[in-house]
Amino acid sequence: MSVSELTVAAPVTAPTAHVVGRVEEIPPGEGRTFVVAGTQVAVFRLRNGSLHATQASCPHAGGPLADGQTDVDVLVCPLHQYAYRWSDGASTSGAAALRRFPVRDRDGDLVVEV
Amino acid sequence: MTAILGGRPEGLTALSLGDDEFDPRSRLVVVGNGMAGARFVEEVLERGGGEQFAITVFGDEPHGNYNRILLSPVLAGDQHEDDIVLNSHDWYADNGVRLRAGVRVERIDTAAKLVSADDGTLTPYDHLVLATGSYSFVPPMKGVRTADGGLLPGVYGFRTIDETRALLAETGTCRRAVVMGGGLLGLEAARALQGHGLQVDLVHAMPYLMNAQLDPEAGAILRKSVESLGITVHLDVLAGQVLGEARVEGVLLNDGRRIDTDLLVVAAGVRPHTDVAVRSGLEVERAIVVDDQLRTDDPDIYAIGECAQHRGEVYGLVAPAWEHAKVLADVLTGTDPDAEYHGSRTATKLKVAGVDVAVMGINTPQRDDDEFLVISEPKRGVHLSVVIRDDKLVGATLLGDTRKVAFLTQAFDRGAPLPEERIRLLVDLSDGAEEVGVAELPATTQVCNCNGVTKGAICGAVADGCGSVGEVMDRTRAGKGCGSCKSLVKQIVESAADGNLVEDPAASYYVPGIPLAKPELMAAIRERDLRSVSAVFAALAPGGVDDAKSKMGLTSLLKMIWGVDFLPEKDGEFINDRVHANIQRDGTFSVVPQMKGGVTTPAQLRRIADVAEKYEVPMVKLTGGQRIDLLGVRKEDLPAMWDDLGMPSGYAYGKSFRTVKTCVGSDFCRFGLGDSTQLGIDLETRFQGIESPAKMKMAVVGCPRNCAEAYVKDVGVVAIGNGKWEVYVGGAAGASVRKGDLLATVDSPGAVITLAGRFMQYYRENANWLERTYDFVPRIGLETIQQVLLEDSEGIVADLDAGMQRSIDAYTDPWGQDGKEPATPGQFRPSLPLIDLPLVPVR
Repeated sequence: MSVSELTVAAPVTAPTAHVVGRVEEIPPGEGRTFVVAGTQVAVFRLRNGSLHATQASCPHAGGPLADGQTDVDVLVCPLHQYAYRWSDGASTSGAAALRRFPVRDRDGDLVVEV
Repeated sequence: MTAILGGRPEGLTALSLGDDEFDPRSRLVVVGNGMAGARFVEEVLERGGGEQFAITVFGDEPHGNYNRILLSPVLAGDQHEDDIVLNSHDWYADNGVRLRAGVRVERIDTAAKLVSADDGTLTPYDHLVLATGSYSFVPPMKGVRTADGGLLPGVYGFRTIDETRALLAETGTCRRAVVMGGGLLGLEAARALQGHGLQVDLVHAMPYLMNAQLDPEAGAILRKSVESLGITVHLDVLAGQVLGEARVEGVLLNDGRRIDTDLLVVAAGVRPHTDVAVRSGLEVERAIVVDDQLRTDDPDIYAIGECAQHRGEVYGLVAPAWEHAKVLADVLTGTDPDAEYHGSRTATKLKVAGVDVAVMGINTPQRDDDEFLVISEPKRGVHLSVVIRDDKLVGATLLGDTRKVAFLTQAFDRGAPLPEERIRLLVDLSDGAEEVGVAELPATTQVCNCNGVTKGAICGAVADGCGSVGEVMDRTRAGKGCGSCKSLVKQIVESAADGNLVEDPAASYYVPGIPLAKPELMAAIRERDLRSVSAVFAALAPGGVDDAKSKMGLTSLLKMIWGVDFLPEKDGEFINDRVHANIQRDGTFSVVPQMKGGVTTPAQLRRIADVAEKYEVPMVKLTGGQRIDLLGVRKEDLPAMWDDLGMPSGYAYGKSFRTVKTCVGSDFCRFGLGDSTQLGIDLETRFQGIESPAKMKMAVVGCPRNCAEAYVKDVGVVAIGNGKWEVYVGGAAGASVRKGDLLATVDSPGAVITLAGRFMQYYRENANWLERTYDFVPRIGLETIQQVLLEDSEGIVADLDAGMQRSIDAYTDPWGQDGKEPATPGQFRPSLPLIDLPLVPVR
């Protein structure tokens, strides 16, 4: 007889889209934090024009990610230089992965789904 | 509820598909989620075992996998518990490994191949690995246990994170502690508790400390070092009874003495956890008996780590456990079905209670013709000895000075030939021999004993393109165990990157993202007129791609090259430079106003006090650079604070010229030979805010008594009378301590300012990014620097002066500038708006 565990996923509510501000509020290459439906979300506008949104505090030690430095591949936390890939949120330095949120530019409005 | 170390954030759960019935993979069950068990799983996954096996790991503790070796620094408060997590719960989920944390395995039905656990579940296996480790041994003492068999409140082992947390909590209320056991763990615990301000008594049953590793003489010297820390040591005595009813109140020693205490830590050794194996009918002697393939007497059950007994040996160190993990992973995954483990020669290097210790082989001569060399310096706390047999090193003990450990480990492991003058094994008889040594070490030398990383593996990582010590450590895991080999790893990486044998072009890049060394990079920037960081990436980076970790170095370099003609880009700056303040661990900032030469006025102090009160600054602190630091300032308050202060920035946050410390010199001091205060103020006025490859700290003292520590500054100036001043360069008193080299003696304050400026410009143009002067000066060589700066051997002195002048002309006070008008939208917006900062309570 085999006994297997059954783990149930937490109830998930469908994400909703929120307009959090204007694209030009974020200087190129930098990030700014917005509060979206009670959640802190750091939104970044890269030098290549792409937008990315992640959790606001670093999984390693809670550092303010919007104060970090960016390039086309990674975001680097200012506190201990842990780096996270935009593509999947994974840390290149062995920390836990970053939570990411869908973000897009709708006629200059920043739209984040949380 | 206590927090789960390496746990998952609330609300996140792994979804198990429950399709075990259809899983074609064989079932691999690991009992034990400690240093051995978790490493074994990693090794299996590394060999592609995730496709072969459905892996389940049972862990007695509810946590993810953490580095048990580092519990001592956590107890000492040197490391946060989050920093010792090796594999979080997420890691297991991400790798498809089922972690049953907080579930204890009770027995194994070897016939039905089922594991039964204390939560009532039965888990089938095809292969089972026991990695149950050890537990703290509590010697029989009257009164140590309560009626229900648990330890008396106030009595702890020191083996798990939960015990460490409990001890940390107790340090808040306890004044006295007794630590039982004078081995490694006991000494570490004693040191950590004493660091929290407790009065510590160490009770050890043997006649000298660390008797398992040291000889009596070395043990005696260690005792002196430990006692000099303020720890009371009682040797050769047992504790027979623990006093106290509801909680520990004291211990009674067998010689009749009583020690009152609020806390008792038992670190009297460990015992292998073998009860599951015993109950399941496996062969157990001192530990679970295994063969050369780590197999027990049941062909599908294996044992690794501290719970395994191989050829009569039971190891209590992490290195053999990790070797077990490798061999067993080779065998089970079929990567090398014939892999065998033949035992470990244990060479240990560690830091115990602040003292460096390295031990290998035997510690005293055993035969008549054994050679035995001892250097004993009890006053310095140094005791070194080697035992040589038939021209081979068979043992070494290093206490208080482990500089020679790399050579000795090599000689011990490989039987390498020994120098005829045996004393060379223990001391360097000529200068610089140590550096040669790193380059000469054979590739097979094991550098990191925790992770079994050889010099060859480190050099290989450098050759594969790892451009920094950190990258090499990430790639090879060297230095990621106890960390004591980090400096050796660094030396080898440096030697590998600079040497002729291993060519690693990346090591010579000024910043990782642009494949050019500094001179070529500077030439290209000038030639192509690149004035912004993005322009440099577009023109010089492979594919025109930007690189986050290069931006700060490029910003600094461009500022130096272009002065006022630099085109600033805020994203090219580190956050400190973006907001002109130093970021703190909670995301607040520290504000240090300029205070030239460390001289202030009552009006200035009043203003600082008013500002500190108005903005509820949690901490006001005097800095080492003779200034006042306002810590815990919210980002959004910065501009208003600067405005209220009305003082320029002290640049305490930048890779830049920082501050000039001074003594009171000839103004008030009876001994002052020169006006050091004024010269310090003049230097700071001239060089304020100048960016550089790494920070530059200065000091000026009015006499060689050196009250402002000029001998250990990047540039230090000392008045020696008759109007003469000595200029020292390359000093340091941080993580490295180095007395500066005397660059020149000059005969006026004006000449000091000129020479200091020339040196700093030469450093700015030639140093590697983040290379401090204490590395730069020895790398270039004092004589070369003297020839260039004093004799103008390269004909560049006029250029150096002009370059420095360009930067001085470009100086503006950033507080005055951005305070009025933000440089970018939201420059001072909070980055963690929902978190109430600062997190530090106001003092």
